[in-house]
Amino acid sequence: MKLTKTLLASTALTVAATGAVFAQDSKSPVAGMEMANEMTIVSWGGAYQESQLKAYVEPYLEMNPDVKVVWDESSGEGVAGMRAQSEANNVTWDLVDATAADTMRLCDEGLAMEIDHDEVLAPAPDGTPASEDFGDEMLVSDCFIPQIAYSYTFGYRTDVADWNGNAPTKICDVFDLENFPGKRSLEKRPHNNMEWALMCDGVAQEDIYDMLETDEGQQQAFDKLETIRDQTVWWTSGAEAPQLLADKEVVFGSAYNGRLFSLIEEQNQPIAMMWDAQSYDLDGWVIPEGLDEPTLNRVKDFLWFATDTQRLADQAAYISYGPARKSSAALVGKHAVLGIDMAPHMPTNPDNATNSFVQNYTWWADYRDDLDAKFQAWLVN
Amino acid sequence: MSDIKNATTADTAPTPDDALRTADVAQKKGPVLAADGKPLKKSLNRALRLQKMRALALIAPLLIFVLVTFIAPIADMLFRSVENEIVSETLPKTTAALARWDAKGDTIPDETIFEALYDDMFFAQESKLHTRLGSRLNYEQTGVSSLFRKSGRRVEDMGEVYQDQFEDFDDFWKTGENWNSIMGSDEWLAEMQAWNANPDDRQPRFVLRKGIEDVLPATTESYERFAEFVQVKDEDNLLKEDPWAIVYSSLYADLTRADTAAISAYNGPAAAQIKAAAVAAAGFETVNLSEAFFDIDKDWGDIDVWRTIKIYSPKFTNGYFLNAIDMQKSIDGPEMRPENERIYGILFWRTMVMSVSITLSCILLGYPVAWILANLPTRSANLLLILVLLPFWTSLLVRTSAWKVMLQQQGVINDTLVWLGLVANDDRLVLINNQTGTIIAMTHILLPFMILPLYSVMQTIQPTYLRAAKSLGATNWTAFWRVYFPQSIPGIGAGSILVFILAIGYYITPEIVGGTSGTFISNRIAYHISSSLNWGLGAALGAILLAAVLLLYYAYDKIVGIDNVKLG
Repeated sequence: MKLTKTLLASTALTVAATGAVFAQDSKSPVAGMEMANEMTIVSWGGAYQESQLKAYVEPYLEMNPDVKVVWDESSGEGVAGMRAQSEANNVTWDLVDATAADTMRLCDEGLAMEIDHDEVLAPAPDGTPASEDFGDEMLVSDCFIPQIAYSYTFGYRTDVADWNGNAPTKICDVFDLENFPGKRSLEKRPHNNMEWALMCDGVAQEDIYDMLETDEGQQQAFDKLETIRDQTVWWTSGAEAPQLLADKEVVFGSAYNGRLFSLIEEQNQPIAMMWDAQSYDLDGWVIPEGLDEPTLNRVKDFLWFATDTQRLADQAAYISYGPARKSSAALVGKHAVLGIDMAPHMPTNPDNATNSFVQNYTWWADYRDDLDAKFQAWLVN
Repeated sequence: MSDIKNATTADTAPTPDDALRTADVAQKKGPVLAADGKPLKKSLNRALRLQKMRALALIAPLLIFVLVTFIAPIADMLFRSVENEIVSETLPKTTAALARWDAKGDTIPDETIFEALYDDMFFAQESKLHTRLGSRLNYEQTGVSSLFRKSGRRVEDMGEVYQDQFEDFDDFWKTGENWNSIMGSDEWLAEMQAWNANPDDRQPRFVLRKGIEDVLPATTESYERFAEFVQVKDEDNLLKEDPWAIVYSSLYADLTRADTAAISAYNGPAAAQIKAAAVAAAGFETVNLSEAFFDIDKDWGDIDVWRTIKIYSPKFTNGYFLNAIDMQKSIDGPEMRPENERIYGILFWRTMVMSVSITLSCILLGYPVAWILANLPTRSANLLLILVLLPFWTSLLVRTSAWKVMLQQQGVINDTLVWLGLVANDDRLVLINNQTGTIIAMTHILLPFMILPLYSVMQTIQPTYLRAAKSLGATNWTAFWRVYFPQSIPGIGAGSILVFILAIGYYITPEIVGGTSGTFISNRIAYHISSSLNWGLGAALGAILLAAVLLLYYAYDKIVGIDNVKLG
């Protein structure tokens, strides 16, 4: 007994001295309870899922060799899937990766479990409670357990002859067909595009959503988008814009910053990032409503580990998305394969975030149906 | 469809019930008897019934399978296009009270309706149903989603004014046990005590004390709902739970109503406390609920919000269908949507037109191929047939993506044309992300569905007919057009139906290569099912599409005749 205590104390000392994870070595609140040994995790597939696998699923499985994780790459259909499962009273997903906007919808529909963040998530190494470490801007919904901040940002080709050696630096260059001719690629939904259009039509950033509530404001945004409509290829899936850029189909494209990173750094394409007016979006976990007790315990045990400071920082070694915890930022290191510093590629890096904005989820939750109908009608007509 | 006609005329093979018909005809001349003396018709019938039962039993597994896995889910899904119970289930009192409100006027509902809304909202938020209703109504009226979310969060505080005052007035009102002793029956209380001592069994369900609902009607209702929620939903011990704020608001309403006779006559448990509270309540600070709701969000003063709730109060609605044809429900009945929101009409029309174009181009391309296939020696025909079938063995997604590489502006086709000098480098053809792209890719993908029926029909056409026509002096064209082509029409018919019906429901290919002008109605259906979660509208669009296909099929049958369709 005495020996263990001494051991514990000395470990604590060394850990504290090296400044490494201390508080988070604590066991999850469900430790010791009955837990299921199989867990179905739903994610996006591709490089993102790989980063989750490497950063926390594999380490977790190493610690818990009895546990089996089943992957389901259905996050793209996550909202519909969760509703269908709940209506059929047959919830087979145990943990779902979803965007913040989707989570709000799931939470509203009563399909996702509301959680107490301080109870389910580990505090920061220095003891700061999870709710503060993530912060209100990350915890946008009671059902949302943030992992990363990503952003919609622009990539452009660096070899466009018509641009006479100029490179775009401002969001409004996207709308400037005179100095920066060529096709653009934008996402085929109103989000971000409406904001960018108004931003480049002289509306101050803080007034954008107020403007978009009015018919005139919406019209103004559509009018601005109209100026580049002929030159725009609309994308619906995240892989499209990078592919269009790589194929020289477009010279400008909005895309997830992680996809652009892999295009530029991993595939060495002549493409560069324009971080101006990047729009943040969040991605995280949701727990479906209606799990049985042992499964829920397993999920909570996993989440405690997978969202702690070190694990979120580890994830950044595989993909250029910013960890959702403030305390993780300092721990972001080098890319696992390329060996380059990841910090400059993070959307949350101060140099990249000089003129960034966060999508207003609550606002979009209200206006999404209405504006989407108008946006699609505008595209069709 | 025409089997009766066929069976009586002798142009098809005999069927088991031919004998029955013969007997039928014979009956006019007096009953024909079988060997055992019973009427022939009767014994034939029995024999046939057995046969039919056996046949039915044989197909039963398939029939049940199709019913359970195909028809039932589709019917269930389509039913959502009219189902609208969520509004009246979540806001039962409000929708009932709104029936009395004149929606065409320009005043918002009065305080009594806000009282109903408070009650409904309170219970809805306890069971977390208010946000679900919020997103449902947000499809019709922008802003309702956050209005409900916000109100749900704050509605709990509204009644606290009364709760605080009752509790400050007398500590008696603070504990759930005192409440139980007033509201619960003696037998139930005894059962609860027994259960409480040994809480392994199921908790005895709350039973109301006799006569209490005459004294405290509103309180009774609130308390019963509270008790049910605690015992059934939360599975908590009712003895240990303190009532919600709304129970206190109800108590206040009961104690301050004009008719005080019931309260003064009351002599049940805690009569003294109730009577004292009744005296004190007269001097309590009150809450104006409409003001409180405006305080949460000024949108509660927006008459359009109330109109939307009223319009969508009924259990069934045609709102989704109206929506699906670019209309909307308004207080004056259905009306067209504003110009800048109309989209489905265009998409339905486009889906039809493009599916027809795809079918036509499949005929144009498929006919010669099928002809060659039918006229080649078997060995080379088989080789060619494999080439036709090859695309079937490749993933649809791969084929579509391949077209992307081919058709894009820096793609294979454009590069070749530029290299040949047919197209200028800075004026490359736009072959993708528009209707052209969709038509090209889908024609390629659906081509086998045209070639195969054509091929099998053409194989049955005797080459001697063509030779005979020519030997009688017909030109090549006349021989083809007058002799060969009419015989191949059943193949065209079968191929066209297959291709057209498949095309009309296509989704992945238009999504990938269609851009904005080449997408179909199914892309919107997919959006509503998987993204906006507006399943009602998705179901309505699907139902219309299904109806359109059936209608076209019916028209096809009338004009061409489905008997003229052959798959071989």
